[in-house]
Amino acid sequence: MSRELLAVENLVKRYGENTVLDKISFRVQEGETLVIIGPSGCGKSTLLRCINALEPIQGGRILLDGQEISRDAKSLPKLRQRIGMVFQNYELFPHLNALDNITLAPIKVQKRKRAEVVEEAMSLLERVGLKDRAYDFPRQLSGGQKQRIAIVRALCMRPEALLFDEVTASLDPEMVREVLDVLLALAEQGRTMLIVTHEMQFARAVADRVLFLDGGKIVEEAAPDAFFDAPQSERARKFLRTFTFETVKHQKIGGYSK
Amino acid sequence: MDRQVILSYLPLYRDAAWLTLRLGCMGIAFSLLIGLACAAARYRKTPILSALAAAYIEVSRNTPLLIQLFFLYYGLPKIGIRTNAAACGVAGLAFLGGGYMAEAFRSGLEAIPLSQKESALSLGMTEFQALWHVVLPQALSVSVPPLMANVVFLLKETSVFSAVSLMDLMFTAKDLIGLYYSTTESLFLLVAFYLLILLPVSVAGSLLERRLRYAGFGV
Amino acid sequence: MPDLGFEVLWKGKNFARLLGGLGVALRISLVAVAVSMPLGVLLGLVMTRKHPATRILSRLYLEFVRIMPQLVLLFLAYFGATRSFGWDLSGEFASILVFSLWGTAEMGDLVRGALESVPRHQYESAAALGLDGAQTFRYIILPQTVRRLIPLSINLVTRMIKTTSLVLMIGVVEVLKVAQQIIEANRMSSPNAAFGVYLTVFLLYFAVCWPISLLAGHLEKRWL
Repeated sequence: MSRELLAVENLVKRYGENTVLDKISFRVQEGETLVIIGPSGCGKSTLLRCINALEPIQGGRILLDGQEISRDAKSLPKLRQRIGMVFQNYELFPHLNALDNITLAPIKVQKRKRAEVVEEAMSLLERVGLKDRAYDFPRQLSGGQKQRIAIVRALCMRPEALLFDEVTASLDPEMVREVLDVLLALAEQGRTMLIVTHEMQFARAVADRVLFLDGGKIVEEAAPDAFFDAPQSERARKFLRTFTFETVKHQKIGGYSK
Repeated sequence: MDRQVILSYLPLYRDAAWLTLRLGCMGIAFSLLIGLACAAARYRKTPILSALAAAYIEVSRNTPLLIQLFFLYYGLPKIGIRTNAAACGVAGLAFLGGGYMAEAFRSGLEAIPLSQKESALSLGMTEFQALWHVVLPQALSVSVPPLMANVVFLLKETSVFSAVSLMDLMFTAKDLIGLYYSTTESLFLLVAFYLLILLPVSVAGSLLERRLRYAGFGV
Repeated sequence: MPDLGFEVLWKGKNFARLLGGLGVALRISLVAVAVSMPLGVLLGLVMTRKHPATRILSRLYLEFVRIMPQLVLLFLAYFGATRSFGWDLSGEFASILVFSLWGTAEMGDLVRGALESVPRHQYESAAALGLDGAQTFRYIILPQTVRRLIPLSINLVTRMIKTTSLVLMIGVVEVLKVAQQIIEANRMSSPNAAFGVYLTVFLLYFAVCWPISLLAGHLEKRWL
């Protein structure tokens, strides 16, 4: 078995009186794709934000490769470089073109050579089919294109793990696919990823393991087929039912013709 | 109006305008620095500095420049701080302008969503790098219209420099009215020279604002 | 404790005189506010008219008054009016005149800005609900405009008060002039009076303007 990259131990996150994450613990192996699902407000986005230390936590700890990720740590920027994050609303920098968005942090933060970074950025852009948009500004790009650029921006830092926070939730339906395809390709390459998503079919296809979160707790943790075919808990069954529709037409006919 | 009189006054007004411009630009340059420093302290919520900056902004924005100058020029020497009129003018303008510039920068910084900073942090940037490379460039483009308005405002405010016997445009006009009763010519030149200074800045400001609006980053 | 010149203020009626001077400055600004608010609203409404001549004229007036330093305007009224029309305006009257003209221009611009800031679709959705022009203005546009306008016009009041310090320069006896007189009269007994008295004037202006600014800021936060 490969090594353990990320460990979350008894994580507690509160907003005032309200406990959003209640003693969450799980581990992620190198190369593993973990999908986190659950109803709105279950704390799954907060969980990702805690892992990147964008939120202060009230208990427990988060370890990357044995090193604690804490908001007070001097080494926090260094640790964050090792974790890439992609946001729901892309958060590209609007004053920079696509290429500068991607190369800013590698050049300024990692102090890598500009030529080398540009070359890597271009080849990554080519892989997501956006090489010809390298010099476009974010406002000139569609949502799906912006999100693919944001993914490349995270990749160009050569992170060891990637966090995806509902990356398709703001997209028009026809653009969801182009972004999910990129994620599938990354999973195939054996990247370590934590994905929060509402796309159930995609979750099943991409996941090595599924975490089902509800009320700030991990309610179920299972392999994708097991979880989607035979969820153990009533809460998971109820949640999965909200994604299916039963036809109403025959009942209507029945209703009219006594 | 007497053309001859106007021509003979021209050099006096030119020198006065030059003084107004020189001291005005120096004061504005300092006010930009003070404003940026205060806005950064407020934005980063630096413990003591932030409160000091907030207090300073309130004081400078809620007192008239004329009183600030009187205090600097006539009051401070009494406790042993000697200054000359020009230094007082620049210091007063910088003190007044710093508060206004800080507010202009702040409005820009507040317009940039927190998520932009978070996204920079998630790329491993330090707080300072995130501010410098990501938040500030965007904030500046939002701040340009109020900053330009402040520049015009501060240039106008230099008109009280005459109160601390700086020989600026107002001083010259008042002097000539008092000495020769050439009121019409003196006032005409006064208005003309202020238009000469202020109109280009004001027009440049609105052009810049329009350009920025079209180039609007729009996420 | 070195002599900072504060004790002059407690001699005789000096402090009361200083406050009296502040009263003159406030009176000028309040009269000017009372005149320029209604006129400014009128100007703002005129400026949103489509008619080209009214647009250009009001625009010219506004731009000239706003680009000139207020002190230049005071000089124009005080010295210029005497010269051109033979009117011998008192300093106080000239001040009120200038601040009213200036306040009208500033207020007009605020009103225009507030009216134009109401988004197009507000008119459209009012029309879609079947409201006529007057009803749209009365029930939809006016309430939104007023909310935007009140904090901004309160700010204009503080600007007006701060600017009244200039009337010293055309010979009105207001707080700063009174301060000069007090310092002058006591130059032998308290040579350092300039420090204490001017600092007091500084603080008096702050004490008047700051609460008004706070109110404006508070309303802005609540309503915008």
